[in-house]
Amino acid sequence: MITAAHANNPNPYIQGTDLFGYVGIEAVLDQMRRKTIKAGLEFNIMVVGQSGLGKSTLVNTLFKSKVSRKSCTPNYEEKISKTVKLHSVSHVIEEKGVKMKLTVIDTPGFGDQINNDNCWDPIVKHINEQYEKYLREEININRKRRIPDSRVHCCIYFLPATGHRLRPIDVEFMKRLGKIVSIVPVIAKADTLTIEERHEFKERIREDLTVNGIDVYPQREYDEDPEERVLNDRIRESLPFAVVGTDKEHQVNGNKVLGRKTKWGIIEVENVAHCEFANLRDLLIRSHLQDLKDVTHDVHYETYRVRRLNESNVDFSDLSRSARPLENGCADKCESDSHL
Amino acid sequence: MDAIMLQEKLVERLLCPRVRTARQKEKQYVGFATLPNQVHRKSVKKGFDFTLMVAGESGMGKSTLVNSLFLTDLYKDRKLLNAEGLILHHLRSPSCHHHLSAASPCDPPPSPSALLCRCCAERIHQTVEIIKHTVDIEEKGVKLKLTIVDTPGFGDAVNNNECWKPITDYIDQQFEQYFRDESGLNRKNIQDNRVHCCLYFIPPFGHGLRPVDVEFMKALHEKVNIIPLIAKADCLTPNEIKKLKDRIREEIDKFGIKVYQFPECDSDEDEEFKQLDKELKECTPFAVIGSNTVVEARGQRVRGRLYPWGIVEVENQSHCDFVKLRNMLIRSHMHDLKDVTCDVHYENYRAQCIQEMTSKLAQDNRVDSPVPILPLSTPDVETEKLIKMKDEELKRMQEMLNKMQQQMHDKDQ
Repeated sequence: MITAAHANNPNPYIQGTDLFGYVGIEAVLDQMRRKTIKAGLEFNIMVVGQSGLGKSTLVNTLFKSKVSRKSCTPNYEEKISKTVKLHSVSHVIEEKGVKMKLTVIDTPGFGDQINNDNCWDPIVKHINEQYEKYLREEININRKRRIPDSRVHCCIYFLPATGHRLRPIDVEFMKRLGKIVSIVPVIAKADTLTIEERHEFKERIREDLTVNGIDVYPQREYDEDPEERVLNDRIRESLPFAVVGTDKEHQVNGNKVLGRKTKWGIIEVENVAHCEFANLRDLLIRSHLQDLKDVTHDVHYETYRVRRLNESNVDFSDLSRSARPLENGCADKCESDSHL
Repeated sequence: MDAIMLQEKLVERLLCPRVRTARQKEKQYVGFATLPNQVHRKSVKKGFDFTLMVAGESGMGKSTLVNSLFLTDLYKDRKLLNAEGLILHHLRSPSCHHHLSAASPCDPPPSPSALLCRCCAERIHQTVEIIKHTVDIEEKGVKLKLTIVDTPGFGDAVNNNECWKPITDYIDQQFEQYFRDESGLNRKNIQDNRVHCCLYFIPPFGHGLRPVDVEFMKALHEKVNIIPLIAKADCLTPNEIKKLKDRIREEIDKFGIKVYQFPECDSDEDEEFKQLDKELKECTPFAVIGSNTVVEARGQRVRGRLYPWGIVEVENQSHCDFVKLRNMLIRSHMHDLKDVTCDVHYENYRAQCIQEMTSKLAQDNRVDSPVPILPLSTPDVETEKLIKMKDEELKRMQEMLNKMQQQMHDKDQ
């Protein structure tokens, strides 16, 4: 009785009301949820910016746990390194049974030297290395069921709150990295800007981004439907987020809030009227986490893959020579289904 | 008898309390204790001049602070300057002859990314410029000719190697100019363009001094009085400010940077002054916030910045060190800064210069003269004529000024 779409039927999908009874298609959501809970998530986030902009504090505040060691703690080795060294720290965070393996990649030394030419090279190299690793695993004949995903899903770029415009180093970095990873620019230590200054600064930054052809997340071209477009447009209008981070709590009106206490008042980090930390957190974690991973996989990784496979056809044929068929004899699939 | 009484009254009016009590002790006095006041009156007539340099990355609030310190708006036409500078850069570019349109006065300084010619996409190399603003301020009859030397572009590029070179060159140039004027034949009206003080703005975002800060201060500490400041201090909590100040003081010692030291107070100053002085010294580097907008706080109208979480008052000592900086810079140590510039930095430059000259001449195997040879050769006819012309012009201008002063004096009466 369940026929394919009728020619006269304007809607190709058979609506639930047309069905004679409850089929149970929607139960797939439950199945997916259970699988996710069992398997857990992986999320890799990279923070880039000059030292002292509050990168580690922000990451700690975002994930409400001490995932990064702050450089202002007493035991931290304080030498400003001559080159940009990448520093990866992984933690497993659990909430309501859902486990997330969070990896934070820090980039100390970025933009701190007198001569910062090519300080973005180690970062570009690292990101491409992760793509390469994943590609190798994917091309493998005997590949794992779940390829460990160490690709950078999101890169948070910290802009100092100068109030003027993007600096040359910001432009150079974002131009190069906007093509290979999803960049989310944020205005760091934004408690030095008044609300009007903040608006003007953001406008100028957005202008600069358009003038230079820099595409930050969420990219306009990957909006899948009008609904998403509306949502993402709203986000794009308030980019970059002006954030303030802290892990200290204070009492305000009888509640304990995360905030910074100064002589003229307490800056509440999670108060939307004070700063946009809550918006950033919602974007990164509550609404667009999966989207970030999807964009990384479907767009950035695919671009890398196409480029690499075009460059080196030889590698591909080498691997196939030592072929051993899989046990169930399936052909090699192009789409990887091992990510969640 | 009357004349003596009159003289006594005059002296009493002019003398300060301390000397008066001394005078009361002895009836016999010569009267040269009034000398400081005579000097004072002459300087007030002549007016003072002060050259202040501000250096630091863009966006540190340098112009806002200068405007707040001197309660003026020195940067009204700053934006136009930048656009012109941009066009100048562009005209020098050989391959492209198109003109960029000048930015409107309301635009902020042009973006570094806009420094790409729109037709040939050639990156216009941004260098550090030196821009001077001069303003005449008068307060209670005392005239001050204030010159602010701005250094836009410092530390903004990706590669900031030797970005302080234009600044050191400028300072050396001013010293050289003064040296020539001083060694010249006509020394009546020497213009003192030497930089008396350099305010260096350290960003509050870091954990202390960055490599560029250290290099800049080391390049300049023997040429000018450096006063390091922590800019935009409203993004730091009191603890953070304290930690940062301690770090910076430590690093300044570690790298051997000679910043401007406040002179020790004399032992006969009163306790209050000594206490203030001690507090001042422990507070360096000053953490400043600048603002010229007036907001309503605690029922009063004060200069400050309005945030959703509170109001920062610029002149509130518990909020920032702006008042301390202003007092130190203008009210108590302005003259000392000038003295140190003249006595220490300029003398160092002069000694170095003369040494170089004499060593060069010794190399040339000239006859050793008992007197060190001055760098200037005897002026030829052209220069002499010029000097005479300039002299006459100056005389004319002086006469005009005297006439105007006389007119104002008559009007007052």
